Amino acid sequence: METKKTSLYQLHQDCNAKFVEFAGYQMPIQYSEGIVEEHKFTRNHSGIFDVSHMGQLFIYGGEDLIKDLEKIFPLDLKNLKLNHSKYSFLMDKDAGIHDDLIITKTKEGFLIILNAACKDNDFKILKEFLEDKYKMVLDQNRSLIAIQGPKSSEILNDVINGVKDLNFMSGNWFTFENQKVYITRSGYTGEDGFEISIVNDFVDQLTRELINKGSKLIGLGARDTLRLEAGLCLYGHDLDKDKTPVEANLKWAISKERISKGDFIGSDIIIKQLNDGVSKIRVGIKPEGRIIAREKTKIFNQSDVHIGEITSGTFGPSVNGPVAMGYVENEFSKKNTKVFLEVRGKKHPASICSLPFYKKSYVKEVN
Amino acid sequence: MSEVKYSKEHEWIKLDGDVATIGITKHATEMLGDIVFAELPEKGSSVEKDGTAGVVESTKAASDVYTPVSGEVVDTNQAIVDDPSKINQDPEDSAWFFKLKIKDPSEMDTLMNKDDYDKFAKEISA
Repeated sequence: METKKTSLYQLHQDCNAKFVEFAGYQMPIQYSEGIVEEHKFTRNHSGIFDVSHMGQLFIYGGEDLIKDLEKIFPLDLKNLKLNHSKYSFLMDKDAGIHDDLIITKTKEGFLIILNAACKDNDFKILKEFLEDKYKMVLDQNRSLIAIQGPKSSEILNDVINGVKDLNFMSGNWFTFENQKVYITRSGYTGEDGFEISIVNDFVDQLTRELINKGSKLIGLGARDTLRLEAGLCLYGHDLDKDKTPVEANLKWAISKERISKGDFIGSDIIIKQLNDGVSKIRVGIKPEGRIIAREKTKIFNQSDVHIGEITSGTFGPSVNGPVAMGYVENEFSKKNTKVFLEVRGKKHPASICSLPFYKKSYVKEVN
Repeated sequence: MSEVKYSKEHEWIKLDGDVATIGITKHATEMLGDIVFAELPEKGSSVEKDGTAGVVESTKAASDVYTPVSGEVVDTNQAIVDDPSKINQDPEDSAWFFKLKIKDPSEMDTLMNKDDYDKFAKEISA
């Protein structure tokens, strides 16, 4: 299968991107300044990420759609306010995670942002479950960019007036060059920022204007180090079908209201795990010294018993040291528990820590 | 001091008497990206030509560092362990990796000179 290109491909080339194939797309892993500089620029200034490979699923409907989606997602969608967003999961009946996603209530229905590698399968699952009752569009005509970092609000507001008044995890329709753009205040870096859905034909112009105002394109490499410092999960690594939201330590994202009734996909397992506890759980792991423990690194306890595995690990440029997360047996998940990580045949000391590694700077309440 | 020689694994080596200084090339650092971790061989240990003699890691991945000749490790550069970004800044001079008391000077003859290495590096990145 030929790899796809996003509408920003030419701009990435103009900015000397190094490309990698990701979920069937040619995506920029980094630009000329490199991952560490791009990471720091996002934390201190403003970075633009092309995430057009992600799925933008629009589902059109009213009250019936809300009821049907509540059978799928562990969310209180009935009481979700218009233009507000929630983080959630598409699960199987055993509460294994097919995908993690952001769902936003719009005037016309819902907008769901899906992972690139999962979007086609998600679409199939949802279509089957909703029995073709609603119009569903996995929109190929729209691009998605994120602008993240402390200067982003000012920069984006200069180009699209009014965005600075959005609250965290809420959105609205705005206009750019007479085009309707849907903007939410959200992101995947731990910084204040926005995600912008815009028709393909105008994304290049918008991105160039944001660059002219002082933002810079940032590649997938820095996106990964930023999200890991922020303690955020990456699907296919920290989350997959063999892990449940409770095991992933994401029970905060499950509506308490919905648990009491328990009528969504996977609810039996979720309720059981919430009551009885889980045998393994996702934790933050801080290696001592500078050794980097990457995905699949084995974790041992102090008696040299294998107790888990790293699911994401890298060097965190803002932390200026190695950072990791992974799953360990529940009894070893307490903060400050001493563990050992096997890297290149040697065991290196590390400790369980709370997430995030880098304090989040979300702007909670603007109005 | 002899001319600098290069290996296909992107190490450079400079011989001074029977002590060789070894590091990784600028081309290698450009391929790796930002280096954030370096591990060096132990002082006093013996390393064999083309064997592993260290590790460098970028934010993306880990790569082995090989030794282009055999010998005994007589010195290592702690400065690059403490601040691996020095390797990106000055790979072919102050950010050397280790020094070897070499075993067999004829091993030097198997290595490339600068022109040949530059050509080799250009070919593989084309």
